[in-house]
Amino acid sequence: MSIDTSKVADTNGTSSSSAAKPTKAGVVANWADERLGLATAMKKNLRKVFPDHWSFMLGEVALWSFVVLLLTGVFLTLWFDPSMAEGEYTGSYDPMRGVEMSQSMKSTLEISFDVRGGLLMRQMHHWAAMIFIASMMVHMMRVYFTGAYRKPREINWVIGCLLLFLGTIEGFTGYSLPDDLLSGTGVRAADGFMKATPVVGSYMSFFLFGGEFPGDSIIPRLYVMHVLLIPGILLGLVAAHMLLLVYHKHTQWPGPGKTEANVVGFPMLPVYAAKAGGFFFIVFGTIALMGGLMTINPIWKYGPYDPTKVTAGSQPDWYMGWPDGLLRIIPGWETELPGGYLISWNVMIPILILPPLMLTVLLLLPFIEAWITGDKREHHLLERPRNRPTQTALMVALMTFYGLSWAAGGNDIIAIKLDLSINQITYFMRAAVFIGPVIAFIIARRWCISLQRHDEGKLLHGYETGVIMRAPDGGYSEKHLPISEAEAYTLTARDRETPWSPEREIDENGVPAPNSRLNSLRAKLSTLMYADNVQKPTAEELDEARHHAEHELALQTAMDGVSADGHQFDGTHPVEGESLRGGH
Amino acid sequence: MTTHHESQVPATTEEPLANPGLPEHTWRPTDVHESAEKRAERQVASLYGASAVFTLLFVVAYFSLDVDDNWTTFGGYGASTVALGACLGAALLCIGIGTIQWARKLMADHEMVEMRHAVRSSDEDRQETLAALDAGAGESGITRRPLIRNSLLGAVGLLGVPAVVLLRDLGPTPGQVANAEEGTGLEHTIWAEGVRVVRDVVGTPIRPGDLIIGDLVNAVPDGLFDLEGIELQQQKAKAAVIVVKMEPGDIIPGEGREDWSVDGIQVYSKICSHVGCPISLYERTTHHVLCPCHQSTFDLADSAKVVFGPAARPLPQLPLSVDGEGYLVAQSDFTEPVGPSYWERNA
Amino acid sequence: MRFLNRSAGRLSRHRRKPLAGLVVLLLGLVLTGGLYSLFSPGAQAETSTTSEDVTKGRELFIVGCSFCHGQNGEGVLTDNGTQYGPALTDVGAASVDFQVGTGRMPMAQPGQQAVRKPAVYTEEEIAQLAAYVDSLGTGPAIPDEADYSTEGLSDEERQAAITRGGQIFLTNCTACHNFDAQGGAMPRGGFAPSLRGVEPKYIYEALLTGPQSMPSFSNGNLTPEEKRDVIAYLEETSEMPSYGGVGLGALGPVAEGLFAWVVGIGALVGFAVWIAAHTTRTTRRKDGDIDETGAHA
Repeated sequence: MSIDTSKVADTNGTSSSSAAKPTKAGVVANWADERLGLATAMKKNLRKVFPDHWSFMLGEVALWSFVVLLLTGVFLTLWFDPSMAEGEYTGSYDPMRGVEMSQSMKSTLEISFDVRGGLLMRQMHHWAAMIFIASMMVHMMRVYFTGAYRKPREINWVIGCLLLFLGTIEGFTGYSLPDDLLSGTGVRAADGFMKATPVVGSYMSFFLFGGEFPGDSIIPRLYVMHVLLIPGILLGLVAAHMLLLVYHKHTQWPGPGKTEANVVGFPMLPVYAAKAGGFFFIVFGTIALMGGLMTINPIWKYGPYDPTKVTAGSQPDWYMGWPDGLLRIIPGWETELPGGYLISWNVMIPILILPPLMLTVLLLLPFIEAWITGDKREHHLLERPRNRPTQTALMVALMTFYGLSWAAGGNDIIAIKLDLSINQITYFMRAAVFIGPVIAFIIARRWCISLQRHDEGKLLHGYETGVIMRAPDGGYSEKHLPISEAEAYTLTARDRETPWSPEREIDENGVPAPNSRLNSLRAKLSTLMYADNVQKPTAEELDEARHHAEHELALQTAMDGVSADGHQFDGTHPVEGESLRGGH
Repeated sequence: MTTHHESQVPATTEEPLANPGLPEHTWRPTDVHESAEKRAERQVASLYGASAVFTLLFVVAYFSLDVDDNWTTFGGYGASTVALGACLGAALLCIGIGTIQWARKLMADHEMVEMRHAVRSSDEDRQETLAALDAGAGESGITRRPLIRNSLLGAVGLLGVPAVVLLRDLGPTPGQVANAEEGTGLEHTIWAEGVRVVRDVVGTPIRPGDLIIGDLVNAVPDGLFDLEGIELQQQKAKAAVIVVKMEPGDIIPGEGREDWSVDGIQVYSKICSHVGCPISLYERTTHHVLCPCHQSTFDLADSAKVVFGPAARPLPQLPLSVDGEGYLVAQSDFTEPVGPSYWERNA
Repeated sequence: MRFLNRSAGRLSRHRRKPLAGLVVLLLGLVLTGGLYSLFSPGAQAETSTTSEDVTKGRELFIVGCSFCHGQNGEGVLTDNGTQYGPALTDVGAASVDFQVGTGRMPMAQPGQQAVRKPAVYTEEEIAQLAAYVDSLGTGPAIPDEADYSTEGLSDEERQAAITRGGQIFLTNCTACHNFDAQGGAMPRGGFAPSLRGVEPKYIYEALLTGPQSMPSFSNGNLTPEEKRDVIAYLEETSEMPSYGGVGLGALGPVAEGLFAWVVGIGALVGFAVWIAAHTTRTTRRKDGDIDETGAHA
């Protein structure tokens, strides 16, 4: 049996290659198919359709930078020695020669200075990690703002959140490995975070470090987490994420020809494969350029970790920056319980409570929304951010909180670069992390609604041409022209929303049952979500508006092509032949 | 595969506009002009060719540019890193851009329509699955024999305990370490009565007269550098101190700390009481010391009380004295644990 | 100029100052002084101090310094008891040479942290001022070049000095001045300035005297050799090539994060937009279009 391609390639019209005399490729394909049954598995997927939009490629950046991380990471493991055994450095970097340092620092210096391309690979690995997490985040924002996490994709949202969380942990375990001054300071702070855990804190620290900080176990343990445990889980989750993507098929933007029931785009083979494959090389290439041209983590300048040394500008990598910022701006709150037990709020709130809380909120977002709306339908058409004002505003508020906390994490660099005082930045941030998100929520929500109004105006009255018309009675108005049918359809291709109201059970006597507290909360949230939104016009409203617009247009048509340059009536120019005066 | 005419959806009464269906396909210049097609083909091929050139340059750079202790530099940069990165990046980008260009200009670009299937299984499938599950459950008798089921669940659940117990030997408990040797544990350091304060790095002892007002010395206990490896690091992480000298009149001595300073010289723990960063950003004019990690600020003239930032406790102070030879020594170990707070710290 | 040359690895980024605006302002302010110095008697290499120097120094001091530091360098207190200008009786010649030589004194305005700017006085005048202030009391003298130069050391000794200097630098200096000596923030708007491009003499004097809020590292604290080693380390590292490409200001992870987002994510999103963008269309139809669409579309 040879591969039957007659069902696969019915759109390009090429005939099947499975003629009586098999080609060499056919022989190979036959061999594989008789053992793996590939043809059945591939027949649907080779020409699987993927919609094309730039924002759908953000997750791909994350995927490809993860591949780059695997490739460069394997290279680094060939030389890296995750041991904390101390010894004298005797390598090539002069200013460190003779300094006592751990094997991990020594081997990192060796990779940087004695292995050709080693510094490039180190820098590529680090840049790829920064981009990996950044692109996951950007991808997540795209998914959220377009409502792509709704049924049936909630589980993929959850997987994505876990990927983001694990990616962050993977990053931390990775940048701690060289045992340089900066990363060691970070590990030292992590020791402080663990110790702040109520009841078991000092035990956690002693178990992780194998005794007192810093011990000689932490780097090997972080290493095995970094190269085996977490990447393994990440790979599994990435695979699940992709399988679900293929099974659900990609979401698409509403538009002519696109429905909830179909997917419009380009086939996997050849267009999508070429674009995705090409993008892999582009991501790889961009990271290679960054790794070659931009210094990242110059450990030879930091020197080996030493608990008595520290540098100004001690920050974690960017993705750990926001808890660090919160840690900087929280006042020194600590409670001593009877018996002398300490609760370190100043560490617990920013590190042990808020980040897990943020992750939980993210994980629950699709489920909370589904509960409020009571929507059980599948959604394969995306929503524009403006058409979901409350949800958009919620994420903008979260982003504002994140951004402000993040900026607080760089308060010393901001202070020195912008000539400010770290104290004032800190005081400002203490207030701003509370006020900022509220303001952002209100502005984003009103902004979305006003954009909805603008869309409604375009739909009902046409687009603004920029042509100013003067009516016979002297009034000015802007000429509107109808938008194209395709555009008009796209604007209307969204749900009509009604706030949820609890259906009260009516008892035998016709008295409605009282609302449960949960139900009234749900009704309130639903009202907040939907009540102020601008709904798309009904067919009658649209018809009426179009009739009106056509009438207006008819009145204006007489003036078409006639313009006044402002000189006609100034008395110095001849007015003969101008058609404005008494035109109709 | 359906044509786009079939994908039109009839307008419901509620929908203001009907789905007009996929717009008609228009051609690209490369579809209709042979010259444009050839040009695109040449573009793609030359990008691939350029990639090959960059790859060769990469190999040349790899073998021709020195690293080790005699790096070849180029414009002040490490030539090897920059050249390898630029060549590799360019080689990869050329392939990537070429392939994208191929896809955009030359590959067929008819939009295709694929129908979605329901994500959920069909009712028949569900019923068959349920029937299979029922059959399996029935034949095993797991539903009819709760004793077996429950004892199995209990036994498997208990297997979680070894998984936790096995981790016990990750490290000693704080209690096991405390006072196991001199200065071990969370509450003690190797500071003790008569231990000299010596300069960090060089290890020389300090006489009060060596210092002038405004001096800051990063110091450690004498004998620290006799330690090696892990013990050295562990003690450094607890015992590091800063020595500051200010006008004796500027010092507001803490209760019971009246004789802890010598001649305006005070010694404080260098390990921040917040999360443990070494802290030595000292301002001689204000006597404040700042932590570079989270900006906790302590007033060293006033028992290192917190004046700003997230730290909740002052830096521990080392009682200071002078020995017979006139060198600065500790009166005792720190009177409280140094470094970050932990649950049982004051218990 | 800067090609394939190891010793020329110093990068211009060290000169990029966040305070450029302020510096320009101060430049304007001191221009008058600068012009004056151009036309004043030329600087002489004479360094030995004479009583004549002290007298001339006092004249200069009365005109330029006494408003803040008092007629006899005893300092000026404000009404509420804070210092307007500190006493200079025991600061020594090194302090004057540093403060006036780096242009920090005279200050444009009291109260703020003095910043480096072009010196207002000529070398000769600075020497005279230093001689006068030195005569007021005790205090460290201006260091000799021999104090901070590693000349005369063997290669091995020099290498050992650099390594030791690096350790001392990382222990005592990086906390405020950053691991690459780029400077850092201090409380209430203060800052530790960058040490890149600062002459060895001034680094030595700053260590010795502890200008403004900086703690001092007197000779009883860090020996002259240790100071020399720190300077040797700074010199060595400033001449090093930038092994990993552009240094991004050597500010640590904040700058790196910024570049990852702006350059990395920026470029990749740009590529994504290009990849998914619609290609140019033509109104021309392909030969046999009917057949094509009929068959495949």
